[in-house]
Amino acid sequence: MTGANGFSVSGYGPERAGWTRVFARDSLARRLDWPILLAAVALSLIGSLLVYSATRNRTDINQGDPYFFLVRHLLNTGIGLALMVGTVWLGHRTLRNAVPVLYGLSVLLILLVLTPLGSTVNGAHSWIQLGGGFSLQPSEFVKITIILGMAMLLAARVDAGDKLYPDQRTVLQSLGLAAVPMLIVMLMPDLGSVMVMVIIVLGVLLASGASNRWVFGLLGAGAAGAIAVWQLHILDDYQIARFAAFANPSLDPAGVGYNTNQARIAIGSGGLTGSGLFEGSQTTGQFVPEQQTDFVFTVAGEELGFVGGGVIIVLLGIVLWRACRIARETTELYGTIVAAGIVAWFAFQSFENIGMTLGIMPVTGLPLPFVSYGGTSMFAVWVAVGLLQSIQVQRPMSA
Amino acid sequence: MTNIPETGRTPRVQIRLVVIQILVLSLLGTLGGRLWYLQIREGAEYAKEASGNHVQQVVEPAVRGSILDARGVPLADNETRLVVSASRTDLLKQKDDGKAVLAKLAAVLGMTAEEVAQKVRLCDAKTPQPCWNGSPYQPIPITDEATPKQALQIRERAEDFPGITAEPEAMRRYPSPGAANTAQVLGYLSPVTDAEITKAQDTDSPFLRSDQVGRSGLERQYDKELRGKAGVTRYEVDNLGRVIGEAEADPAQPGSNLVTSIDARVQRVAEYELNEAMKEARKQHDRNTNENYKADAGAVVVMESRTGRVVAMASNPNYDPNAWVGGISAKDYKKLTGKSSNYPLLNRAIQGQAAPGSIFKVVSTAAAVQAGYDFDGRYNCSSSYSVGGQVFKNFESQNHGPIDLGRALEVSCDTVFYSLAHREWQKDGGIDPKGKPKDYFYKTAHQFGLGKETGIDLPNEVTGRVPDREWKQSYWDANKAGWCKTGKKDGSYVEKIAYENCLEGNKMRAGDEINYSIGQGDTLVTPIQMATIYAAIANGGTLYDPTVGKAIVSPDGRTVQEIAPKAHGRLPVSKQTLAQMDDALAGVATRGTAAWRFGGWPQDKIEMHAKTGTAEVYGKQTTSWFATYTDDYSIVMTISQGGTGSGASGPAVRNIYDALYGVSDDGVINKKNALLPTPQKDLPKIKTDGTIASPKISKDPAKEQQTYQKATEGGTPTPGGTQPAATVASPESTNRDTRRRARRRGTRRKRT
Repeated sequence: MTGANGFSVSGYGPERAGWTRVFARDSLARRLDWPILLAAVALSLIGSLLVYSATRNRTDINQGDPYFFLVRHLLNTGIGLALMVGTVWLGHRTLRNAVPVLYGLSVLLILLVLTPLGSTVNGAHSWIQLGGGFSLQPSEFVKITIILGMAMLLAARVDAGDKLYPDQRTVLQSLGLAAVPMLIVMLMPDLGSVMVMVIIVLGVLLASGASNRWVFGLLGAGAAGAIAVWQLHILDDYQIARFAAFANPSLDPAGVGYNTNQARIAIGSGGLTGSGLFEGSQTTGQFVPEQQTDFVFTVAGEELGFVGGGVIIVLLGIVLWRACRIARETTELYGTIVAAGIVAWFAFQSFENIGMTLGIMPVTGLPLPFVSYGGTSMFAVWVAVGLLQSIQVQRPMSA
Repeated sequence: MTNIPETGRTPRVQIRLVVIQILVLSLLGTLGGRLWYLQIREGAEYAKEASGNHVQQVVEPAVRGSILDARGVPLADNETRLVVSASRTDLLKQKDDGKAVLAKLAAVLGMTAEEVAQKVRLCDAKTPQPCWNGSPYQPIPITDEATPKQALQIRERAEDFPGITAEPEAMRRYPSPGAANTAQVLGYLSPVTDAEITKAQDTDSPFLRSDQVGRSGLERQYDKELRGKAGVTRYEVDNLGRVIGEAEADPAQPGSNLVTSIDARVQRVAEYELNEAMKEARKQHDRNTNENYKADAGAVVVMESRTGRVVAMASNPNYDPNAWVGGISAKDYKKLTGKSSNYPLLNRAIQGQAAPGSIFKVVSTAAAVQAGYDFDGRYNCSSSYSVGGQVFKNFESQNHGPIDLGRALEVSCDTVFYSLAHREWQKDGGIDPKGKPKDYFYKTAHQFGLGKETGIDLPNEVTGRVPDREWKQSYWDANKAGWCKTGKKDGSYVEKIAYENCLEGNKMRAGDEINYSIGQGDTLVTPIQMATIYAAIANGGTLYDPTVGKAIVSPDGRTVQEIAPKAHGRLPVSKQTLAQMDDALAGVATRGTAAWRFGGWPQDKIEMHAKTGTAEVYGKQTTSWFATYTDDYSIVMTISQGGTGSGASGPAVRNIYDALYGVSDDGVINKKNALLPTPQKDLPKIKTDGTIASPKISKDPAKEQQTYQKATEGGTPTPGGTQPAATVASPESTNRDTRRRARRRGTRRKRT
């Protein structure tokens, strides 16, 4: 549908003065996808409350300051918002030119993790300690650069109008591009992140229009890989134990099944409306490990109940729904692929994270987007939101 | 850009994006559904698990209530022992996990540091005893035998002993006031079992692992009332067990006191006299077996006639109930329950059953009257009664000629009852009755409360047995296979019996009913049943449920819950017949079979009634029975393999009456010496502070009574009782009142 004023193909619309410019139909403010932005902000704020509830009594890690994690979570959110603004300001097209550099940098960072500079948390050697209590998890950035890199390769000839679909060579190239950092992350080993990346690659391939053979081939390869990993004992014991505990949490309630059990008890005891914020006994009693990061959803489940947990799922749903819409409505394949990659990333990571606390997915160390405490992950998801907004802002005003 | 669609995507991409979107939505839907399932559908279950997760209970045991005699003398109470305990929670808060404190404590208690450390460590798969297998939040007892000096040292320097307490704690004690043992009536406690802990876990009164539970006697019957309610403090704890808040605290409620109708002094006299009688019996020679009487067990019940309350209940052999306190040793346990122990834990007054012999004749008399025979009619007391060639003899083949039923009771004439029972058996149709037999003799026994529990407030009472047609049929059904297999027509005695039983063991034979009429054969009764029956004759016909418990009084004495006497039936006897029976039983004491035991008894002041019984048991010596009553009390004594009724039990019962009423051997009543001339009516006073006003009790009332009874004696006592002039025959010939030649089943092989 075409409006009376026609549509601007690109840019920020005609120059206007004062507030009218802000609220003009084609202004940046009007073009932003507000539901995504507001849902993401709401998730981050809910996250800060949950993180606070989980850590205010944890004198062992909050350095005596009950607000330690709350403040940092809010700070991370602020930085994340700034990163989003920066991303929008630069625009995803500008960033496309910088993709080779960004990709190279991210691969370099994850290589650094493998050096003695890296440190191990919960069995995964995937952090770089920056001093001052800050640390970096470069695999989070790799998720973005894989999306951007693959999108750049796959969309180049299609967007140029040469082809309807990416050809085999391009697909191979893009897979190779994704495989390098994935192999490195697997060496850490950070199995959770690898799983996310596999899903991202799948989403990207789907959205690129690559032949079905590739999609199914990749699925088959994934399955074969999983079997190979199982059979060849590539996994560490703790990883196998987590899967076994997932299958049967009562197997070893004091050991690996403990997380799963306690998480489920915490959520189950919440009922419809929960015990009230800061009133959860499972949370106050610190029965659930890693509760401010990977198991943050249990705080919501126990203290805010079905209503609170449902709100979080709905907010994530809004983000994903709008992201899907962006993917469908942008005119360039590049934008479509990037948005679809982000959808795959957020969707899988959310499903895996909440699913493991509910006992329907095995336990892996993946944060819940926006909600879990963790700087790098927070920055990465906000940059992704920035990319989505940039795609939205820069598409033609057709709707 | 010409060949690119407006949306920038081909249909393939478009479709795939929609697929992705649907997939994403369904994933989120799955999460929502699972969340609903966990929180709404299964929520309650998880909430329960969560509360179990973070709440720890500390249970403070309730002090068990005392068991008091009728005047307030404690039969079971608690003694205070100084218990030093350590709180693990407090110790672990200290820098060295309390090691220094425990070492200091060990020095004070004179133990080694290692011993103390072992006591406070928690039991697990790798830690052997000694270790603590209770809740880690419970103070762990280190010793229960601390001296006051040690306790003071700990308490005065509390700051030096953080986490250590020295508190007096209550332990069960059976003080045996006046040497009254009362063991089987009181029962005992033993540690709670795992199953019981699990069962009581979610109730308002959970067990501690260290708890004791009543296992028999009053301790078991009134366990709930005596135990009280343990105090429970619930602490919220975090995942490391650190206390983060006190959730609720229910203070402990001490158990209530049980006031019984037992009088410790009478109990002692009864126990003493029973034991003396048994000792005496063992000196007597049994002509039948040609050895001395074994007197292996005995029981005596002293009951209030008008209420059914038990004033004394003794069972011999007995044991020291204190053996159970603080856990019974394996050696003691074997002594109490082993094969060679003669089972002193059994309360023979309610768990011992035997054929009643002639004391059963009150039932047969009532049955005869019910069947239409005139009490004052004339019945031939011949020396023997033969049925189809089988001869049933009277005791010592005495012949009293035609006498009435009262006289038949007095002289305990068997043949009168034989003939009456036989006539009834014939009227009922003989061996193969047509229609429904009347069975007056059996019906009456049931109406007297035989064959079922009296309902006494003691656990595991046995029923005895009325060998009626029903019982015979079921017994035959259960045993005929064996009988028919081993039975031989011309085999040994046992084989012949089996053959006979195989053929018609399910039928009521003439011999069965004839034997039954004098309390022989397969009839079984308990002493408490007979005491209830004789008390009912005394009180005008009411069969009371015997009771030991009289009232449950709260620890502060404020609330008193009386246990009122309850009747379970009336004797099927008219007032007139009852009066006639009463007269006849008085005659037994004055001129009948028991008269020689009541020489000099002030019958005009305290009317005594008695019936003697000597029951035969196949393969054993005779059981002595003595059933008596006055207006106030009914006393029944029995001694297994003890000899005759009046011979073995007579003096003991007489002595108990002497003690109750203050009667000396020559019949003088001295109220001052009377222990309980009228039954105790008032309940003892329990003050609000829990103390009980109880009278002093002498060291041994039984010995005291002996001197009283002798002191006022005028005549020359003969050991075993004076021979009254009124007695119809010499004791040598008549004291063995109902004694017949051993009636083996074989003697009634031939039936009519």
